[in-house]
Amino acid sequence: MAKKKSSPDWGLAPAPESSPVNIAKRYDHFINGKWTKPSARKYFSTTNPATGRKLSEVAEGSKKDVDTAVKAARAAYNGAWGKMSGRERGKYIYRIARLIQERAREFAIIETMDGGKPIRESRDIDIPLAANHFFYNAGWADKLEYAFPNMPVKSLGVAGQVIPWNFPFLMAAWKIAPALATGNTVVLKPAETTPLTALKLAEVIADAGLPDGVVNIVTGAGETGAAVVNHPDVDKVAFTGSTGVGKLIQKSVANTEKKITLELGGKAANIILEDAPIDQAVEGVVNGIYFNQGHVCCAGSRLFVQENIYDEVMWKLKQRMDTLVVGDPLDKNTDVGAINSKAQLRTINRYIKEGLKGGADIYQPECELPAKGNWCPPTVFTNVAQSAVIAREEIFGPVLAVQTFRTVPEVIEKANNTPYGLSAGVWCDKGSRLFQITGALDAGVVWGNTFNKFDPTSPFGGFKESGYGREGGLHGLGAYLDLSI
Amino acid sequence: MKRIEVLKTYKLYIGGKFPRTESGRYYQPEGRGGKALGNICQGSRKDFRNAVVAARSATSWGKRDPFNRSQILYRIAEMLEGRASQFEDELKQQGSTAAAARKEVETAIDQCIYYAGWCDKYQQTFSSVNPVASAHFNFSVYQPMGVVAVLAPEKSALAGLLGTILPIIAGGNTCVVLASESKPLCAITLSEALATSDLPGGVVNILTGNRDELLEHIGTHMDVNAVVASDVSDSHKASLRENAISNLKRAIFCKEDPAKTESPYPILATQEIKTTWHPVESSIAAGGGY
Repeated sequence: MAKKKSSPDWGLAPAPESSPVNIAKRYDHFINGKWTKPSARKYFSTTNPATGRKLSEVAEGSKKDVDTAVKAARAAYNGAWGKMSGRERGKYIYRIARLIQERAREFAIIETMDGGKPIRESRDIDIPLAANHFFYNAGWADKLEYAFPNMPVKSLGVAGQVIPWNFPFLMAAWKIAPALATGNTVVLKPAETTPLTALKLAEVIADAGLPDGVVNIVTGAGETGAAVVNHPDVDKVAFTGSTGVGKLIQKSVANTEKKITLELGGKAANIILEDAPIDQAVEGVVNGIYFNQGHVCCAGSRLFVQENIYDEVMWKLKQRMDTLVVGDPLDKNTDVGAINSKAQLRTINRYIKEGLKGGADIYQPECELPAKGNWCPPTVFTNVAQSAVIAREEIFGPVLAVQTFRTVPEVIEKANNTPYGLSAGVWCDKGSRLFQITGALDAGVVWGNTFNKFDPTSPFGGFKESGYGREGGLHGLGAYLDLSI
Repeated sequence: MKRIEVLKTYKLYIGGKFPRTESGRYYQPEGRGGKALGNICQGSRKDFRNAVVAARSATSWGKRDPFNRSQILYRIAEMLEGRASQFEDELKQQGSTAAAARKEVETAIDQCIYYAGWCDKYQQTFSSVNPVASAHFNFSVYQPMGVVAVLAPEKSALAGLLGTILPIIAGGNTCVVLASESKPLCAITLSEALATSDLPGGVVNILTGNRDELLEHIGTHMDVNAVVASDVSDSHKASLRENAISNLKRAIFCKEDPAKTESPYPILATQEIKTTWHPVESSIAAGGGY
């Protein structure tokens, strides 16, 4: 574990997670219920971003591999899965939930090794929440006629799903669970830097005894994802990732009748009003931006503080930042883990330079970063202009941009002045004011006196350029049913 | 001596006012028996942009009490009833039989009643309180998308037009409508009815003109939140979907004839879902809510 320079010797003792895990040397695609070698026999390696060491190698999916997977999914849709009753479908999904719970510790460790997130987060949030998504959606499978009254229940067919590297296992669950509950079959493409837990999920799906071809997992990079999205026999495209790629996807399928849902970027405003409980608010700000190293589409990356409490908030925030432990993601004390990839670290560093160039003031707690791996200390910029690049663009790293405001209408205006609209936070002790602001913010998820909370029953998704469609909850089922008007 | 009839000048409807197209252009769609329906404004890109400005400045419509919106939609029905014979005449001029015209006007008026009733009910019917597994109060509600561009049905000039507009404004959106190109008369008369129905200016803006010409400008406009379109060719669909990526405006294509569908789902089609979380203090829940 990295020792902070400012910490005296009574700092935290290392508490590394040491349970053994089983990672194969090489993984093939999971197609039609079988591990299938890539047609081009090509593999690429996946590494631990905290050490730079190779963990395993996985198959590189070609167009041909994707085609095989889509055919398997189509056969399953026309066959066993399509004909199965909702009740039986649900029972399979319940099995998946239970098997994940049984192997939760192993999955948490692999998630942390492959992606760099602190073990505390993968153990307490990612994996249990993923299991809960399967459990929640399983129960819907035989009750769909109650979800959208007077609308005939009609699944879509084969869903092509492309997911990001920030919550690899959780995103797989968010995508697969509702797709299966509503009777669709799936071809999922995990992110190239974090494919391992999706492949572990394939093991679970095989163990659960799902009919062949219901869930197919094809690994690869952008080209493999494009092959999934553009395959003519895919009826539904679900993508989570950057706004730029989301737009390209919509464009590439513009002349088809594929149904799309997009969960894209964000630049969430986190607003602290003068009467807010400041200690809790500061805790919420830290959780909002440093959770998962800021690799969170709904991260509270813009902080708005009412002017008269600015000094107090900033003093407390910096104090709190000084206590954050950056280092070994497998250490249970770690608050901020490794940056997911070298490429992402370069992007973050470019934005930090941009922030300095734009004249903002930077603060980073003194901390000793491990010699190997990808690291970025928690960073906050103050004196940030509304027009500054770091206040406008999604950084996807542990970088916070702070602005101030005087009045409520002013902060609503500033908060909404962005092309994004995924999430927002408001800290305020007065209910009438809090709900005035939450009501006026153009964002799909708004946290009042809390931040970064997720639940399978709670719909998640954005306004404006943060994408469309919802995932989770009753409304999330709509993404996988034909609700056309 | 026979009285000389006063002929009507057909205009656009933008921000509650009736301007002519800034372009000065007109077209003459053919009516029954090949007779020109009149000199109809051929709205331009600039007209469309002006209408979007008007629609954006009227978005406080979405903040009105749903009960109030409901009464105003009901008032639209009252205004239409008084003009029923005028609409019938126009439908006949545009080629409908007398019986079909009568039926279409009745359908259109009844649609106003139907959607007036939904204004303060869809939220109650489709919102949710979500039972999260932590000490939080969590609820999801619908919120209007904002400014919606409408490509009205080409054939169903009144019932289809209202069947498209009503769910959009019932949900608190404002809109800019491009009327049926070949059958524009009812749309123009509708704007006169709307102007006298307590509907604030700018909530519904109606343009006449050429769809091919305006399509790209509608798709690429950065201050339009959604497009709802009927009778769209495949190439127009592709164009709208492609251009919609400019600001990720939502592109919604009606499969069903809006004249024939009465359902709350078209209202939901132009709504965003907002989920709000707030901690609840609980002496029994484990851990802090924050």
